[in-house]
Amino acid sequence: MKSKFHPDKNGYFGQFGGAFIPELLHPNVKELEDNYIQIIESKEFQDEYKSLLKDFVGRPTPLYLAKTLSEKYGAHIYLKREDLCHTGAHKVNNTVGQILIAKKLGKTKIIAETGAGQHGVATATVCALMGLDCTVFMGEKDIVRQAPNVARMKMLGAKIVPATSGSKTLKDATNEAIRYWIQNPETFYLIGSVVGPHPHPDMVARLQATISEEMKWQLKEKTGKEDPDTIIACVGGGSNAAGAFYHYFDDEDVELIAVEAAGLGVNSGESAATSQLGEVGIIHGSKTILMQDDYGQIVEPYSISAGLDYPGVGPLHAYLYESGRAKFMNATDKEALAAGFELTKLEGIIPALETAHALAVLPKIDFKKDQVVVINLSGRGDKDLETFIQYLED
Amino acid sequence: MNSIQKIFEQKDQNLLSIYFTCGYPELNDTNKVIKALEANNVDFIEVGLPYSDPLADGPTIQDSSQQALKNGINLDVVFEQLMEIKDTNKTPLVLMGYLNQMLKYGEDKFCKKVIECGIDTLIIPDLPMVEFENHYQELFNKYGLTNVFLITPHTSKERIHKIDNYTNAFIYVVASASITGAKGEISNQQIAYFERIKALNLKSKLIIGFGISDHKTFSTACSYANGAIIGSAFIKSIKQSGVSGIEPFISGIR
Repeated sequence: MKSKFHPDKNGYFGQFGGAFIPELLHPNVKELEDNYIQIIESKEFQDEYKSLLKDFVGRPTPLYLAKTLSEKYGAHIYLKREDLCHTGAHKVNNTVGQILIAKKLGKTKIIAETGAGQHGVATATVCALMGLDCTVFMGEKDIVRQAPNVARMKMLGAKIVPATSGSKTLKDATNEAIRYWIQNPETFYLIGSVVGPHPHPDMVARLQATISEEMKWQLKEKTGKEDPDTIIACVGGGSNAAGAFYHYFDDEDVELIAVEAAGLGVNSGESAATSQLGEVGIIHGSKTILMQDDYGQIVEPYSISAGLDYPGVGPLHAYLYESGRAKFMNATDKEALAAGFELTKLEGIIPALETAHALAVLPKIDFKKDQVVVINLSGRGDKDLETFIQYLED
Repeated sequence: MNSIQKIFEQKDQNLLSIYFTCGYPELNDTNKVIKALEANNVDFIEVGLPYSDPLADGPTIQDSSQQALKNGINLDVVFEQLMEIKDTNKTPLVLMGYLNQMLKYGEDKFCKKVIECGIDTLIIPDLPMVEFENHYQELFNKYGLTNVFLITPHTSKERIHKIDNYTNAFIYVVASASITGAKGEISNQQIAYFERIKALNLKSKLIIGFGISDHKTFSTACSYANGAIIGSAFIKSIKQSGVSGIEPFISGIR
């Protein structure tokens, strides 16, 4: 089934997407473009991917009815428990798939960028599993604020390269990963979100689609209907949202809500709410919505959450926004922290700071009685304890 | 015939091109640098538009771009500066920038301004051939602009021949799988690649760039192509010695 939210042959979702890459990357990107669909759709890949998702990642992840939260907000709120995936977030769904693609293409050296460190950990994990060489680029600022994940990556045998340019966060880590890739074209760039040149956004969305595939039968079991009324997910680059929305794109009755990080406030000058602050632009090889100044210089974003601290959004999400298919909301640092504490106290689950942004819009929505809502609980909060504790003491 | 083709009419060996970053080291150094390069008989000049996130550039050009942006450079200032020397400057200028700068400025407005400044050749490292064909070829033709394509050690023969047909100025031969910046020596592997390109007998002129930094690498490059471009090494030199260091730098290359 071809959806209008799948890319065309040049990798465009509406006006967004494409592959704006220096000539040196052309052979790599072309090789992937020519092979990824065929590989993903092959029985060999599917068997191995599904088996690893089940026995290594721990899928299916539960769909949990959060009773206290539901009572408080007057809706049936289900949590899709991606936080229970091995390594602690949805990121591993993608890395398990991409490492199989890399192996199929005969690649032995893997590079990745990371913001919160979840993608870095998930990449280092599958590289350890497959015995492949792993280098992770991470912003210097993020290395400090996500120290537990840095330690995990090191323990898993990955080499960490600090990105010291720009804002020293996810954008800069991605720049450095791409520069390394240009200089080492034999490496496989295992990208962590639905960003980058075509076919990366589509490939990552397909690999995260397992989230909504499971949601369908789990909801059917629990509510009698495959479709919820609303799905809520946080968006930095947008991979967990892409996965949670994927099988519902063409189901217009299902409301899709993407939540961006507003930092200190959308108009504070310290924000990462790309859809509200950005305009059409090119970042990391993709035409999308981008935070930039009047002359096209990329603006440094800000969010308390390293995983959402990104001045762009994947081209699929730019199209979901422009077409109105998804509703874009946002949450400030403060609102996200409060939502994180709330989930912890009410449901006994400490969410990642990224995920806390998705939870933070609950008080802003006027739910109908019996509205079925799924929140994609993309990751767990162990890596953010230091930040949470600072505010606990306040 | 565009400005670069005219240069090739007069000379087609040992062409020296210099890349510099606009507004660096000081905001108003743009024209001082161009004048000094012209006085030192550089054959054509690559005018670099500073960008916040230059993916194809190494640390030297990244740093100069950051500094230039801090100095207050932007596209409007660049165009103003270039208009000032339009009538006196006789050395062809090639504008090098990233696609997002053009996109945000307005593609038509950008092309119009470039032509007004007397420039007819662009290098946009993140504009791939398929996007050029689908979205930019017509626009550039309308304004009489030529786009320079880059080829690399990994560009296929078919692609090189296609690029050969699209180019009115020259083919930019990227010397190795790298971002900009000096590498020291030119390896035997690189020479094999230069020989392979030369043997294709392309109709376009060939200019080698990336990693060309001194007399030795320049003259090696020139024995396989029509000329070479020096960027990062020049930026390092003006960072250290300023505009007055341009004369000794250029005479050291030749």
